[in-house]
Amino acid sequence: MSQYQVLPGPEAFLPPAAASMGNVLPDPGEAHIEGRIVPEDEAYEVFARKVLGAKVPTIFPGPLVLWKWNDHVAEKAKAIRELANEAPMRIIPMADYRPKYPKIEAAVEINPNHPNLTIWHNKIDVCIFIGVHCHQANLSLKIIRGGTNCYTMAMCAMAGHEDACLSFRDADLGKIRKLIDAVKKLKSEGVESQAIPFKQFKLSRAGLVDQSAN
Amino acid sequence: MSKEKIQICEDLADVMPPEYQELVATATYGNQDRGWKDIGSSKELIEQHSLCAGCPESIAFRYILASLPAPEDTVFVGSTGCTSLVFPHVAVHNIHSLFGNQNAIASGLKRTLKSRFPDVEKDVVVLAGDGATVDIGLDMTMQSWFRLEKFTTICFDNELYANTGGQESGLMQKGFVAKMAPKGKNFEKVRLAEIAREAGCAYVAVLTVSKPNRVEQAIKNAIYVAREVGPSFVQLYTPCILEIGKQSMEGLDEMKDSETIGGRFVQKEYITDEAQKLLDSIKEETKARKKAAKEAKKSVNA
Ligand SMILES: Cc1ncc(C[n+]2csc(CCOP(=O)(O)OP(=O)(O)O)c2C)c(N)n1
Ligand code: SF4
Ligand SMILES: [Mg+2]
Repeated sequence: MSQYQVLPGPEAFLPPAAASMGNVLPDPGEAHIEGRIVPEDEAYEVFARKVLGAKVPTIFPGPLVLWKWNDHVAEKAKAIRELANEAPMRIIPMADYRPKYPKIEAAVEINPNHPNLTIWHNKIDVCIFIGVHCHQANLSLKIIRGGTNCYTMAMCAMAGHEDACLSFRDADLGKIRKLIDAVKKLKSEGVESQAIPFKQFKLSRAGLVDQSAN
Repeated sequence: MSKEKIQICEDLADVMPPEYQELVATATYGNQDRGWKDIGSSKELIEQHSLCAGCPESIAFRYILASLPAPEDTVFVGSTGCTSLVFPHVAVHNIHSLFGNQNAIASGLKRTLKSRFPDVEKDVVVLAGDGATVDIGLDMTMQSWFRLEKFTTICFDNELYANTGGQESGLMQKGFVAKMAPKGKNFEKVRLAEIAREAGCAYVAVLTVSKPNRVEQAIKNAIYVAREVGPSFVQLYTPCILEIGKQSMEGLDEMKDSETIGGRFVQKEYITDEAQKLLDSIKEETKARKKAAKEAKKSVNA
């Protein structure tokens, strides 16, 4: 059977689970790019190229890094912010997995039950999931591949996501820092970010903070 | 989990949607005297819900969530039905179980939490419809009571299978005709409260959700008794206005009518002596604590 390639969609209303097409997860020290198992270092460079080449590169942090379960998580959150500033990338949180009824604020949040709405609304062409529980990540990644043309990546704390176009495994602080280093390295070699200029939104208990007032 | 754990990472706090920031700032986790009166003045542990407009289940959820003595250490076990549409919007741990299995899941969960967290009181609360509790899940419901499993079972009794369009349930009244029960029910409403008492529940309450203070007391009693004495059961009348042909504003009247003398839901409680003793002592303690807090406040102001 030829290798099933996990490419950006829109693939179909119900794209197949990559695992059902014979794709396997990387072993420790490895990653996968579009279903092909590669040494992890190769994937860092591809990650950086994808991010810098995108118009709307976006980080989707999940509950495992948004909520301060312990001090180590706070360090990961800090590194994620650093990555966003370095690239630059937008940050749009997946605060939990509740379906958002009656209406999701697609400009400022993403939800695993209808992640395509956020991708469409913001015209996101490259994204990375960090700190999303595996089941919810795989669900989202499939929906995104089914209905959008976004290139999906995942920094997974477990064994990786076969339904992402590119996936790391065993995420920890060091690996998030390696993402930052990879971006810095390419930039130092003259690769420029193609991101459309933006200002990261800010939210307070009252809603969107008007940044023009600052 | 404790109140201190419900925090957002500082570096990502300003991208978190307002409802989560609110949850951290003004929810009542950690306050053992929380109750229905907090509704409206503090962050409720329920966001939107997808029940029908005016469905009494929605207000029942609000009262129950506001009354849990320790939501940060509570795990709900739900089952399929209209209630299961609400759990995804609730900021308390919850597990969805296969229809009817809820009390079996809760038995295992309670035992596991006890051995995993021997020093923390973890409250397990089953919340399911009448179809799940009395019909398809009756075996599991009763086995958990026979075995004296220490958790609370709450049944949202709307006297039919609402979520699937109005089939007959054991808790439906005799003679009632529903959309999917056109010949009318042939036998009496199952006397679940009495079954619960005989099967081993140390605290049993039957009431409607028309009066929030009563719901609060019943839920607190049930949870305290489940912690110390044995299984507890609360049967709440939450009429399905859709299936009985009422308007959204008419749920409250329906509940009030049913709890007047001679009605199906006149409030009743069955409490064992041991459970009563416990509830009396908790009442005394709470009174003393509140009095001390009041006096402390007075002396600060003086
Ligand atoms: C094992 C299984 N059997 C049947 C069903 C179909 N089913 C879904 S909801 C429901 C009835 C729910 O009735 P009830 O427990 O009274 O809850 P309500 O919707 O009335 O709140 C049934 C039979 C199911 N989901 N799973
Ligand atoms: S069908 Fe009935 S019980 Fe279910 S949400 Fe609607 S009114 Fe409530
Ligand atoms: Mg029912």
